[in-house]
Formats: sequence, C-alpha cells, structure tokens
Amino acid sequence: MKILVCMKQVPQKDAPLKLNETAAWIREDVSYEVNEPDAFALEEALRQKEKHTGEVVVITSGPARSQQVLREALAKGADRAIHLEDNAFVGLDALNTAKAFAAAIKDEKFDLIFTGLQSDDYGYAQTGVILAELLGWPHATIIMHIEKNENGIRVKRELEAGFFQFVDMPLPAVLTIQSGINKLRYATLIGIKQAKNKPIRKVALAEVQSAIGENLQKIERLYVPQKTKKTEHIEGSPAEIAKKLVDKLRNELRVL
Amino acid sequence: MPDTILVVVEQREGKLNRVSWETITAGQAIAAATGWTLEAAVVGGNAQAFAAEVAAKKVAKVYAVESPKLEPYTPDAFAAALKQLITAKQPKLVLMPHTYQVRDFVPKLATAMGRAVISDCIGFKHENGKLLFTRQMFQGKLAADVSFTSDAPWFATFQNGAFRGDKAEAGASAAPVEAVTAEIADGVIRNKPQEVFKEAKQAVDLTQAEIIVSVGRGIKEQKNIELVKQLAEALGGELAASRPICDNGWLPMDRQIGSSGQTVAPKLYLALGISGAIQHIVGMKGSRTIIAVNKDSEAPIFEIADYAIVGNLFDIVPPLTEEVKKVKAGG
Repeated sequence: MKILVCMKQVPQKDAPLKLNETAAWIREDVSYEVNEPDAFALEEALRQKEKHTGEVVVITSGPARSQQVLREALAKGADRAIHLEDNAFVGLDALNTAKAFAAAIKDEKFDLIFTGLQSDDYGYAQTGVILAELLGWPHATIIMHIEKNENGIRVKRELEAGFFQFVDMPLPAVLTIQSGINKLRYATLIGIKQAKNKPIRKVALAEVQSAIGENLQKIERLYVPQKTKKTEHIEGSPAEIAKKLVDKLRNELRVL
Repeated sequence: MPDTILVVVEQREGKLNRVSWETITAGQAIAAATGWTLEAAVVGGNAQAFAAEVAAKKVAKVYAVESPKLEPYTPDAFAAALKQLITAKQPKLVLMPHTYQVRDFVPKLATAMGRAVISDCIGFKHENGKLLFTRQMFQGKLAADVSFTSDAPWFATFQNGAFRGDKAEAGASAAPVEAVTAEIADGVIRNKPQEVFKEAKQAVDLTQAEIIVSVGRGIKEQKNIELVKQLAEALGGELAASRPICDNGWLPMDRQIGSSGQTVAPKLYLALGISGAIQHIVGMKGSRTIIAVNKDSEAPIFEIADYAIVGNLFDIVPPLTEEVKKVKAGG
C-alpha cells in the first residue's frame, strides 16, 4: 500500500500566543510541534506499511521551520517527504490547502491518504474531506481502526456519545484519523541517522499557484476571547488554597 | 426574492438530534439581525416524519428531502441530496450543527459547489451589513471573527452548545412542508456502512454524578492518577478525564468527558491539569460550578471556570485531599 500522510506544524500546546501587527494572525516566534492527530495518522500509516508492505510519504505546507515535521516523520520510518515551502501557505484556508496538496501529488498514485481529524491551530476539520472531493475519492472521518480486505478496506468510524460504525469502502480513499487509534512510537537513533539520506521534494508556491485561488473565507480579526463568566482567583500557599477551597465547597457550594 | 437562510437539521436513528434546535435558534437570531427569511430542511429516508416537528418552530418553510438511498447515512448521498436542494432553492446561508455527521459531509458538499465552510462557530456578529462568524482557534486560546469572501451559498456550522435549543421560537402556525425527492444515481454511493454499535457496556454513567474530579495531561504519568483518585474518593465524587488520558489507557474510555465521551453537568466539576481544549469543554461547560487547577495561567479552561487556581496540581491536590478529609471527619 502506498500511503500519503498530510501533516501540519502547529504552535506547541502550552506556547503563549501573541497577536501580530495585523491582529489577524499570531506572532510566529513561538515553539512549534507536530499537530497531534497527524502524529497518530503517521503512526497508522507506518503500521499499515509494516503489515502490507508499500511506501509511506509525508507532505506538509509552510515555511522552512515546518520541515521539522517531515524530518521527524522520516526518522520514525516514512520513506520520503514533500514540502510545499512558502510562508504564504500558512494563510491558506482549508479549500486552498487541499487544492495545493492535490496539485503537488498529481503525478503520484496513492492507495490511501491520511490526515489527522483536525488541526490544533485553525481547527477546521475539513482539509481531508475536501481533498477527497477534489480527487474524486471516497472518504471516511474520525477513524479508529483500518483493516485491508479483498475489495478495499473496512474502517471503524467513531461517532458521538460512545457509538461506532464499521464502513466498507473501495480504494483509493481518504481517511481522517482520530487521536488514540494506536500507540505512537519514538524515533530511534538509527532512524534519525537514516532520515538524513531520505529525499524531501520541495514544491515552490509558483508550482501550485495556478491550482489555488483567493481564500473564500477571511479572518477579519483575532483576539483573546471575552470572558463570559466571572472567575474568582484563589491564591496563596497550597495549604491556604486548600483551606479556602474547602470553605467554598462547604459553605457556598454546599457539596461537603 | 429575499435572501434566505437554510438550517439543515440532523436526525439519527429515528430521532431529531437535540442540537438541531440550537441551530434553529442560531438561524432565528441571524434572520432577526439581517431580515433574511429562515427555512429548514430535514434529510433522510423518512424525513417527512420529522418535518412536522420542525415546522412547529418559527420558520417560513420546511423541506423534507427524501430518498431510500439516504438510509443509512453516507457522505456521498447526503452531499448529493443537499447539493440538489441548495442549487434549486438558492439560500444565501446554509447552517448546520457541527456534529460528527456534518463534519463528515459538509466540506465535501461545499467543495462540490465551489464554496467554503466556516466550521465550528460559537456565534455571529452583524456589523455594518456584514455577517461575521466567531470561531475558536488555537484550541480556544484565541477567537476569530471570520467573513465569507465568496458569492453565496455560504456554509457555516455551529458548535454544540453555542446557542440554546430551548430558546428556539415556536411559530404562530405550522410552517408549510414541501416534500423533495432527492435523485441519487446508482454508483454515487461508494461507502457501505454497517450497523451503528456501542463498544462495550458503559460501566460508569458520569451524567448522574454530582461531583466530578477530572484529570488531564497535567498529571504527567499514570502512577500519579492515584493522587486524583484519592481526592475524588474524599469528595465522594466520580473520577473522570480528558481524552489524552483515556487514549493512553491510564483510565478506561468510559471515564472520558468531551465530544467523543460523555457530556456532564454536575454540581461541581474539578478540572485538574486540563487545558480546556474545545472537545473537552463541550462535554462539561454546563456544570454548575467549575474549579480549575492549571499551571498555565492562559489555559482556556480558566475562561469558563468559576474558581481559578494557577498552580501545579501536584502541590495543590494533596493538601486539598487532606483538608477535605479533615472537614468530613469533623462533621
């Protein structure tokens, strides 16, 4: 099986974020990490390859810093990488990102494309499904299990409130992968060494420019959310905080 | 013809999804702000059965979009059926709840129509004639006001809990229901879904708990869970967790709170080392009192907390457990 994994670099979970001068995006001088669901998508691709043989290719878009995501993926076992390298990719909406990816892989023949179910920055939860539609492929979302069979694959979709569903589908297909589908591996020392010799194909903005258009949605402004609740801060030493809290639990909330 | 808003309600397993009423409320609010007409659509194998219930609300019309091919749900059939309806009726704005089902087909539908979706919105603004949709970004640390820059139809989805379903206004009289037959050609549907099932019997029903002590990533290691368990026991509450804890297998899946776990509204929700990602917040924001302990003063959990403690849970929890025990013993 030849599998493409779409990955994204996002600000670290606890990175303090500040608005830039446009007040429509953040200042980018923060620490970054792999979007968590994408790490599970990569892991699943590697496991499928180990079971059925094949190739795992990883793709990302963004400035030079985002190459780190590809390096880590190659160190974990991906065979090669595609980097749509330009700062302009950061500002693309989900439709344009999917269009850029579709253009970058037009000469490839994948059996499966994986994405994480959503990103920790924009949180659209759309790019994978859009990509499927652009390619004319079937898709399934929020996947917790993948089994290859004669006719294609059987996947386990997570529904809401603890429900699940198996879906049979033909290949090629796009799947969006849920966090927790597997246990993530660490890159080994030898893996990190080998990654240095694995190819990263760079795709410039100009190469996919004709495939993308104007964004169809625009962030007018970004801001720290206004609080809807009055929050009381409880401060002091741990012992003082414990006393104050218990007093509230007992006398105000009456749960003790 | 005036501009219209089309709300697509969701039915699952023969029942209207409760969150549909929230989207109706959202549609009514946008209609009031813009002067646009509000219509609704029910899609499914037996849509007419639900149409009357929706038609009782203050909407101008309800479309019951039917085809045997709409049962069971597939993204191919739903996108095809709704593309036909939207092409025929030309609403300016199409609203849906941001459910797992909608997430599965709405990006496909919009792409097939050359349009975009502003997804997972928590509100809207109507400023100088311009419609803006508010959505959370960066896991709720920031919010964005987003506009459409394309021609209609515009697609937007609203987060569970963004509007009050019980505030959906009833109409003076029942709205007319128009039956629409979706033409779905053979070969359009490629996926073959099997029966919906529940993994295992849920051992714990957290929805009944009055006190929930919930733990997140801040707990660092499995062995530290014991610390939080002791506090839950001292308080007489149930132990729960955010998704990563259950993904790691540190607590069973039936202790998970959030969009993929249980939705709870206890008297007291104690969030320990939980940053407050949107997927968690939607499962517990209805709690009467929320106490949050987190070392990151900018964690989104503090946005909805009644009591905030900025600090390390490893410092705070042990003395708190002792204090609770002391008070309980002392009667």
